[in-house]
Amino acid sequence: MTEQSSVGRFGRGPGLFGPRPRSSLREEGARGALIAFASTVIFIGVAVWLVLTSETWPAVQRQFFNWSNFKEAWPVVATGFWLDIKMFLVAEVLILVIALAVAMIRALRGPAFFPLRVLAITFIDLIRGVPIILLILLLGFGVPALQLPGVPRRELFWGLTALVISYSAYTAEVYRAGIESVRESQRMSARSLGLTQVQTLRYVLVPQAIRNVIPALLNGFVSLQKDVALVFVLGVREGVRSAQIYTASTFNYTSYVVAAVLFLLVSVPVARFTDWYTDRDRRRMQAVGG
Amino acid sequence: MSTRRTRWGRILVIGIALTMLAAACADDAATTTTAAETTTTTTEATTSTTELAACTVDNLNLVTPGTLTIATGDPAYPPWVTDADGGFNDDPTAKSGFEAGLAYEIAAYLGFSDDQVVWERTGFDEVIVAGPKDWDFNLQQYSITTTRDEVVDFSVPYYVTTQALVVLEGSSYAEATTVDDLKGAKLGAAIGTTSVEFVENVIQPDSPPNVYDENFDVVSAMNAGQIEGLVVDLPTAYYITGSGDVPGSVIAGSFEAAAAAPDDYGLLFADGNPLVECVNQAINALWADGTIDGLIAQWLQQGGGINVITG
Repeated sequence: MTEQSSVGRFGRGPGLFGPRPRSSLREEGARGALIAFASTVIFIGVAVWLVLTSETWPAVQRQFFNWSNFKEAWPVVATGFWLDIKMFLVAEVLILVIALAVAMIRALRGPAFFPLRVLAITFIDLIRGVPIILLILLLGFGVPALQLPGVPRRELFWGLTALVISYSAYTAEVYRAGIESVRESQRMSARSLGLTQVQTLRYVLVPQAIRNVIPALLNGFVSLQKDVALVFVLGVREGVRSAQIYTASTFNYTSYVVAAVLFLLVSVPVARFTDWYTDRDRRRMQAVGG
Repeated sequence: MSTRRTRWGRILVIGIALTMLAAACADDAATTTTAAETTTTTTEATTSTTELAACTVDNLNLVTPGTLTIATGDPAYPPWVTDADGGFNDDPTAKSGFEAGLAYEIAAYLGFSDDQVVWERTGFDEVIVAGPKDWDFNLQQYSITTTRDEVVDFSVPYYVTTQALVVLEGSSYAEATTVDDLKGAKLGAAIGTTSVEFVENVIQPDSPPNVYDENFDVVSAMNAGQIEGLVVDLPTAYYITGSGDVPGSVIAGSFEAAAAAPDDYGLLFADGNPLVECVNQAINALWADGTIDGLIAQWLQQGGGINVITG
């Protein structure tokens, strides 16, 4: 394998984003590649040898990597995982909207907005300070047990609510970082043009802010995509719980591997996309700036 | 430089992943053979009866010589581990509750004094993972099933129970007489129990049951109005309805044996542990001399007049 082929493989080759600086590094690169390849082979070899010669490896293989169990567990876990995906999509939309609202409230200036700002800060501090699993349990089992008239009781509803609240608090801080990264002169120029505070936020600050924080938001996507599984503590049969049910009845963990593979199938592409987007954005910014 | 390093790091990761996958999927046939062998060994171990002489504290295969290390749930629930009045105390050394009492009877039979008994706590997953255990046996209402038997070893049964349905008083399901009456019910059960399999395979309700970490969470969901009924073993059903854990709950019925094979509870051992033979002798003797029946009478409420729900 040469360096050239790996460049092509990951679609980052010269040409796509303009010519790359080529230097004497190229020669050094071939030798470096050889060393990297050799050390990789040795490293993997030792790791695999250590695992395969372990005394309990046959039992581990039987319990964790059993192909027939894999095939048997796949449809069950995949059905549960589909619920994870749906929860993720619904929650993510709500989070993006609610978090932006909270961040905008927090960004308002002037004494008149003081109570709103305090509310926003209190919300963020309290929610971020509570472990997400506690929030799910408290809302999921606690609120319905109050038996308030007209309040929904479904575990899925409360599990999602807990996730949305928790992630909104974190995401609001991401937005805030974005808003604060926009130069102060932008805000002042907008105000001097006669825009109100809200208009300034809406038309000047937030559009620039969002662009700055898209990588961070995508990072949150990856995180949420896995955390939706936590609602299983409320009895919801999503992917991880489905895998657990399989494990519990067969004493075989291969279903956990199935669940892991399913999560990876979604989260790795999102992570790659995030990297690609960040890279592209940086290049564009550099092109503009430089 | 930095991009190249990243790229090689990526190739490394992919390489490792591929190798692991290849290793993981290799040699399925061998796996099956191992499993089959395991089953055979287990059956032999359970049925064979060696002479009692081998089963003395000095000869037993113990993780800590001279000490019987017993694992139970974390926490351990009534009526299996209780205080003297049958309430929750999560302290098996109190020797109260059916399983705590049984553990000390087995220990005494094998020649251990009470202070030679040490308790460990385990979750469900760490119990069934392959490899050595740091306890001699695990005692927390494990149902004996053939699939589980391939991975671990079980003693002979120390208790036989049936599944029971707990609902709120006045619920339409309180009057159920056959499992067909329960098709529309939203049911819940705790993971790792045969109750889950019972609901899915025998009752087969229209919407699949909710599955919780612990019976405690099933109770919470019941109190939150998220499920209409919960399925547990009969002794636990008596405890839940009798203790007020779920206010206004009643046992709608127990499921007759025809609807599902009864649940045999066994002590759980690491696969191939020879200790199981001696413990089996102890359990058989405790059944024969009425000790286990005495513990059942003392700790497991057996009130009559329970409806029977048929298949």
